[in-house]
Amino acid sequence: MATPDSLLVEALDAIKRSNDEKSLELLRVHYIGKKGEVTAQLKALGQLPADERPAAGERINVVKREIESQISKRKAALAEESLNAKLAGETLDVTLPGRRQSQGGLHPITQTIDRIAAIFAGSGYEVAEGPEIEDDYHNFEALNIPAHHPARAMHDTFYIDPATVLRTHTSPVQVRVMEGGKPPFKMICPGRVYRCDSDLTHTPMFHQVEGLLIDTDVSFADLKGTVIEFLQAYFEADLPVRFRPSYFPFTEPSAEVDMGCVACGGEGCRICGNSGWLEVMGCGMVHPSVLTMSGIDPETHNGFAFGMGVERLAMLRYGVGDLRTYFENDLRFLQQFN
Amino acid sequence: MIFSENWLREFVDPGMKTAELVDVLTMAGLEVDGVEPAAAPFSGVVVGLVESAEQHPDADKLSVCRVSDGESSYQVVCGAPNVRAGLLVPFAKVGAVLDGGEKPFKIKAAKLRGVESNGMLCSADELGLAESSDGLLELPSSLAVGEDIRAALGLDDALIELDLTPNRGDCLGMIGLAREVGVLANAEVKALDFPSVEVNSSRSFAVATAAPDACPKYLGRVIENIDISIPSPFWLQERLRRSGLRSIDPVVDVTNLMLLELGQPMHAFDADKLNGTVSARMATAGEKLTLLDERQVELDTNTLVIADDRQALAMAGVMGGLASSVSNQTQSIFLECAYFSQLAIVGKARSYGMHTDASHRYERGVDYALQERALERATALLIEIVGGTAGPVSSAFGNLPAAREVTLTFSNVERLLGVAVAADDCLAILGRLGFAVRQSDAQRATLAVPSFRFDCAIEADLIEEIARVFGYNNLPETPSLSRQSLPKISEYRRPLAALKQLLVAQGFQEAINYSFIDPALAASVCPDQQAISLQNPLSTEMSVMRPSILPGLLMTLQYNLNRQRDRVRLFETGLVFESRAGETLQTRKIAGLLYGKSQPENWSQTKRSVDFFDAKGLVEMLLSAGAPIENAQFPRGSHPSLHPGQSADIMIGSRVVGIVGALHPRLQRELGLSQPAYLFELDSEPLLARTLPAAQALSRFPEVNRDIALVVDRDRAASDIVRCITEQAGTILKSLKVFDVYEGENLGQNKKSIAIGLTLQHPSRTLSDEEISATITSCINALANEFNAELRL
Repeated sequence: MATPDSLLVEALDAIKRSNDEKSLELLRVHYIGKKGEVTAQLKALGQLPADERPAAGERINVVKREIESQISKRKAALAEESLNAKLAGETLDVTLPGRRQSQGGLHPITQTIDRIAAIFAGSGYEVAEGPEIEDDYHNFEALNIPAHHPARAMHDTFYIDPATVLRTHTSPVQVRVMEGGKPPFKMICPGRVYRCDSDLTHTPMFHQVEGLLIDTDVSFADLKGTVIEFLQAYFEADLPVRFRPSYFPFTEPSAEVDMGCVACGGEGCRICGNSGWLEVMGCGMVHPSVLTMSGIDPETHNGFAFGMGVERLAMLRYGVGDLRTYFENDLRFLQQFN
Repeated sequence: MIFSENWLREFVDPGMKTAELVDVLTMAGLEVDGVEPAAAPFSGVVVGLVESAEQHPDADKLSVCRVSDGESSYQVVCGAPNVRAGLLVPFAKVGAVLDGGEKPFKIKAAKLRGVESNGMLCSADELGLAESSDGLLELPSSLAVGEDIRAALGLDDALIELDLTPNRGDCLGMIGLAREVGVLANAEVKALDFPSVEVNSSRSFAVATAAPDACPKYLGRVIENIDISIPSPFWLQERLRRSGLRSIDPVVDVTNLMLLELGQPMHAFDADKLNGTVSARMATAGEKLTLLDERQVELDTNTLVIADDRQALAMAGVMGGLASSVSNQTQSIFLECAYFSQLAIVGKARSYGMHTDASHRYERGVDYALQERALERATALLIEIVGGTAGPVSSAFGNLPAAREVTLTFSNVERLLGVAVAADDCLAILGRLGFAVRQSDAQRATLAVPSFRFDCAIEADLIEEIARVFGYNNLPETPSLSRQSLPKISEYRRPLAALKQLLVAQGFQEAINYSFIDPALAASVCPDQQAISLQNPLSTEMSVMRPSILPGLLMTLQYNLNRQRDRVRLFETGLVFESRAGETLQTRKIAGLLYGKSQPENWSQTKRSVDFFDAKGLVEMLLSAGAPIENAQFPRGSHPSLHPGQSADIMIGSRVVGIVGALHPRLQRELGLSQPAYLFELDSEPLLARTLPAAQALSRFPEVNRDIALVVDRDRAASDIVRCITEQAGTILKSLKVFDVYEGENLGQNKKSIAIGLTLQHPSRTLSDEEISATITSCINALANEFNAELRL
């Protein structure tokens, strides 16, 4: 009859040679199952002299546990092996591109307007919109530009009929907001504007953002602070900003705003016409007549307005060279802003 | 406006160099557009005296001259036709350097056809004083022989171009500009001399103004027996040149000088061509006038003219007429110096397609107190040049502008500018600008506005003047106003930007097209809409306002297909314009276009092209972003530019809010598209409306799924079947989806099968099998009744 130790040697060898879960189970039954050979030896313990039984029993139990443990280990090893084989079979070329819809994007003009609006929203400016086919009153008269005012020559106006125009600026939205509400006002109005002019530096349609603040005791100093803060926020740079007296019929005093050239840092280059300065917006204190015409008492309220060209800001920010590319909508151009 | 810096310095010494002066002007609101040197950069050229000029022995067109520089005499060969003994000319001696364009050009001793030449005699263009010239520049005999020509002619001068804003008509004359510089530089300004001319002729014309508001002041006088053949003196020609004007004849040159010096336009008539009274009046209907530029215009009745007893002579303040013009035969002139009101002149030149130096000034306002003195000054100068005798001044007066007074409350300076400026400083600044204090106390001052400042009418105008002179950049700045209330952000609306982002996530590129399009394209894509035309379009292709965004997107598609793009997904938002029953409608829309493959090309993906349901899916996505999609319906559409079988109207409730579908094959062919394009366009307003979420308790009871497959007629709309089931199943129907549509011969002709999955659930108990079966049966029965639907087994 086999000894526990010879059974152990035999069993370990068989386990080692076993290659699947099924044969391992058979081995388990064969050696340590209810009718297994090791179990049989346990059952046969009674035939041994009483003093040998404890030692022999202990030995048989050790062998049983060892076989049990080796079977589990082998099982785990086999499971690991088969998992590895499965994984190896499922391996992909992960460097292949993923599956998705193409990347879309917003037009750079929209991105610029959104950025301007977001910056002003942080200070409580709301966004207002208005019609683009505008009546003469809102586009001109209410802004202190009566018929035959020389300033009308500065606006190359598209006419629908003698009393109706394509708005030449976003300023009429200011008027509509003031007419329709009560101060204080704090808003910006972005949108399309039209001038019948087309050359390298003009497109017949372009975009402006107009800003308006009406409150009590607003001063030119407040206007300066707001404009400087905005430009520095928009360009994310500590740029010098200067104010030059200018003339807009709807503001008094009026100013043009120049900003240190973003391209050359003020040294002078092609972009800034060697001046080191870029003209970026017009602004001023709202003219008392404009307030009065819109139903606001200039004795109690005043404020400022500013306006900027979106295409110009986008050109300076993103380095767009030719104004006309904005409206050609060449996908290769647009996709650069995605 | 271009002015000579040296001329300005004759009036005022700002105590600064050109660059600083330019900066000071710009920062005071008189923007400098450019600075050019008055002459080319040459050196070594002196005033030379031609002592003799002899024919060159071997060349017909050359002369051999002796030229003196005051110390020595040189032999110079010259090819100019006007060279002659006794002439003073620019003499470039050996060693002189002329401007040779690309590089400097050095004068060397040379032999010309065998004759030695030591230097060169110069024409105006060789010194950069003229564009072209046909001979030597003949210098005034008053110059000292041998003097450097740059010093002799004051050529080290800068020509400064100003871009004046329309409110600063007062700076359109040198005296106004000098006054401004005097204020800015705090320097003394030389007053101009206005001599009284001796009247020694009695010849005159009566003058009148029949338009007292348009022509409040009309002055004129005759100057007899002038010699118009005398050329303007060199200094006058040069002054005009440095101001951007050409010398014409001494009469025109003197009137132009007054325009440049005083900002006062003047006009001279040939006195022998006038008849009767010279009067300012409005033109009569149909009246014609041939202008100096030989253009005949038909005048309208709101045009102010100067006329005699017979005819209109000139368009007042704009341009003179040909019939009464000064010519080289003129012996006596009638010199006009008038004040025309801004309102009478503004827009007139433009309405006749003109723009003149005179109209430019009258439109912006001419000093209405200046005419008497200007006329004297012009007369004196003219007689000095061309001789003649002056007649008495005739004058007519209408309604001159009322003298204006403005009260400045000193505390308002701080209120508006944010900085306190001392009352004395305010008054000093305004005083130097010509404002006279009428009354003042500690709180306020009343000032008279000078007759040359048409832009100052209210207190804010005075404060602007103070700010300008004080310097905008010396004013303080405060951080942006923090007096703000919290923003009102409605949750019942979603921003358009959110919808745009949805499309961007679906691979759409935003386009921005011009709002004006080709009327032919508008008619082709939107034949049922009345487009709004521009009166003055830039071109026919941009002459109507877009009634839809789609034409622009189609053009953008074409543009990109022509540049080898084959998969295009575009959207655009903005206003569209339409005339309906005489009303102008401006509606905000959002529109999209799909073309080519449904997915970008990829190693693993289906290569399917987009179809109607891709477009509709996007519309559904936009619709369900704000409100439940169940509110929207898609009845078959009939838009003329869409495929009749592959298009739908988009309805919310009973309102059509948009269209979706395939581009009509006819248009597809017209546009040369090889594949169908799919389009959608919706009003953006209804898409922005949003219902506030109202949370419901979740049912703890199981959902039951049942599928129904039906055979119906092919043209039966799926939406009818869905509606019928929804009605029948009632509130326990949680959701429903069409998961299969099949057509095949085995179903019979013109039949299709639709498979629909229903999810049923009760909020408060488990549904019994009986309830479920009853619901399904009632649905099937209703479908059978209504649509003759058969259960597919």
